[in-house]
Amino acid sequence: MAESPGKRRGREEGVSMKDPVDVLIIGAGASGAAVAWSLAETKMHILCLEQGGWMNPAEYPSTGRDWEAKFYGEWSSSPNVRGRPEDYPINDDNSPIKVVNYNAVGGSTVMYTAHWPRLHPSDFKVKTLDGVADDWPIDYDALTPFYEENDRMMGTSGLSGDPLSPLTHPPMPQQPLGLSGAIIGKAMNKLGWHWWPSDTTVATMDYEGRARCINLGHCTPACAQGAKSSTDITYWPHAVRAGVELRTHCRVREITADENGMATGVVYFDKDGVEQFQPAHVVIIACNGVGTPRLLLNSKSDRFPNGLANSSGLVGKNLMFHPYAQIYGYVKEPTDSNRAPPTCLWSKEWYDTDLSRGFTRGYGVQFVRGAGPVFEAVVSEQKGILPWGADHHRVFRKLNGHRLGFSAICEDLPEEHNQVTLDPVLKDSHGIPAPKIDYTISENSRKMMDHALARGREVLEMAGATDICINSPIPWGGWHLLGTARMGTDPKKSVVNEWGRTHDVKNLFIVDGSIFVTSGGVNPTSTIQALALYIADQMKQRLANLFD
Amino acid sequence: MSESLQLTRTQRDDLRTIAGMIVPASDEYKVPGADDPAIQADMLTTLGRDTKLVTAALDVLARLAGQPLAELDATKRDAVAQEFRKYGGAAAATLVRVVLQCYYRDDRVLTSLGLELRAPFPKGHVLPDGDWSLLDPVKARSGTLRRAP
Repeated sequence: MAESPGKRRGREEGVSMKDPVDVLIIGAGASGAAVAWSLAETKMHILCLEQGGWMNPAEYPSTGRDWEAKFYGEWSSSPNVRGRPEDYPINDDNSPIKVVNYNAVGGSTVMYTAHWPRLHPSDFKVKTLDGVADDWPIDYDALTPFYEENDRMMGTSGLSGDPLSPLTHPPMPQQPLGLSGAIIGKAMNKLGWHWWPSDTTVATMDYEGRARCINLGHCTPACAQGAKSSTDITYWPHAVRAGVELRTHCRVREITADENGMATGVVYFDKDGVEQFQPAHVVIIACNGVGTPRLLLNSKSDRFPNGLANSSGLVGKNLMFHPYAQIYGYVKEPTDSNRAPPTCLWSKEWYDTDLSRGFTRGYGVQFVRGAGPVFEAVVSEQKGILPWGADHHRVFRKLNGHRLGFSAICEDLPEEHNQVTLDPVLKDSHGIPAPKIDYTISENSRKMMDHALARGREVLEMAGATDICINSPIPWGGWHLLGTARMGTDPKKSVVNEWGRTHDVKNLFIVDGSIFVTSGGVNPTSTIQALALYIADQMKQRLANLFD
Repeated sequence: MSESLQLTRTQRDDLRTIAGMIVPASDEYKVPGADDPAIQADMLTTLGRDTKLVTAALDVLARLAGQPLAELDATKRDAVAQEFRKYGGAAAATLVRVVLQCYYRDDRVLTSLGLELRAPFPKGHVLPDGDWSLLDPVKARSGTLRRAP
């Protein structure tokens, strides 16, 4: 039997060899988990390599008295601050919005707010409707069954029937309105503006082995109760039981390709730091909008001198973050503070284009219930509203437990100069070049953010709030990493086709947020996972001619 | 060994002094200041990854004060503190955050604030379901999703 190109490469480079697998998935986060679970029914040999490990909920911040302090260190949302061995550094000095993520089985679903809106049907046709950016090559209807399937798998809570959102069928009821929600609802009603209980992936009743939410409150840096859905406790147990192999603490350095332009496997560092070669017939990338272009750009060869799947030159381009415009204030009544999931309500009042506002496209709003005492003290001191000295105590008691927030998720349109490249100097702990971010907020986004802040101020003032403060953009708000390997039918203008296969490499797929064409004005994880399930379904339908 | 033990005696004295200036004790609210020995001990034993920046902040403070902070008269000490707060940058911000995060987890302080002395897990909190009739006007107004071609 002839030696495969992958094995030859491994032999030539002197790295350890593994038996080939049918499908190799890189990344065990939101999209990697979904695609692994969906493909498991094919009974193919599926392997997932994940740079992080399994999480231990007993060590989550909310189990300790220092739960808030941990958010400034080992549980920071910034990989640069956290600096765990599983993290890779990111040079985001040239961006007003810093990248935040989490690296583990479950990926950034371990550390997210669990806010669960979908893109709207109109988000897929922005060129046609508004003459900006590009239409997606698929529409909302193509994703509908996968949104629904994903909602069942992740376990969503919410209230069906929002007149300004796509119809959803959450299997669990919405979160309680609480003290904060009631104050916000009353203010929005007085202004005549839309609001609705958010769909979230917080379990409001026992669900599929997950315990219901008991309002630990500190949801974002992982849920010790297991009520917040993350893929380590939803998709992965099912996928592993179905035969998918998940290899942790394995960081992929590059995807290899042969002279015919087909991917042959990956070179990775195993948990002991030993370089390995893993041959594969199909490679699926699920590393998010920063990790995916980083990996492709690090996968250079004679055949692909500008990085793998990059004949368009668009790998890493068109990075979209969603600039967050946040405004908050303090009411006289007590709010829910840290005693509930942070997000509970949304508004789509300003979601669709209205050119009389001075910008195109729009934004979703998520209302924030409050904050814990340490966070309140630290940020209020930084904002200059909490004094040093004798008056500190009086002012703190006025602020703590009285905060309400309004956060606008502004649609970020694709611009090629917003990009991920490889940093010429910075490397991760394995010596792999790190990503570098160059990003500016567009004039359209600035106008949108200003509009949102003005509306937010009206809401807060209607609620009786004072001491109003602004974070615009939220500097550590780069949760949503989108657009850097965009989807399209034209190989010159996109990286993957309409079913997630790269135009250049016929056995290489991308399933994460990097394939977004536009960003919409909502949290993207629901759509990222629906896309991953959709692409898996497309692959299953085409197994006989997947590489044609 | 904790990295915080690398702080010199002078640095620890300055840390205690500036902490007490940020959050002084209050008879009215029955709380200690952030210069309280137990709160200081918490800071020093948990400084960890913040040691480098806190040390840098204390260097800035020492430079501004020219002598141990506690030995300055009140007017000069306040002037130094204002300069430190205004121009201390990330290092000063880290020091202030360390002071506040240790202060606002002290049992006496939390008791004064009416907060329970426990981690969020496993007890959690009870949240009122609220009056969902507030949503009726939104339902009545209705609305339509923008159509996509």
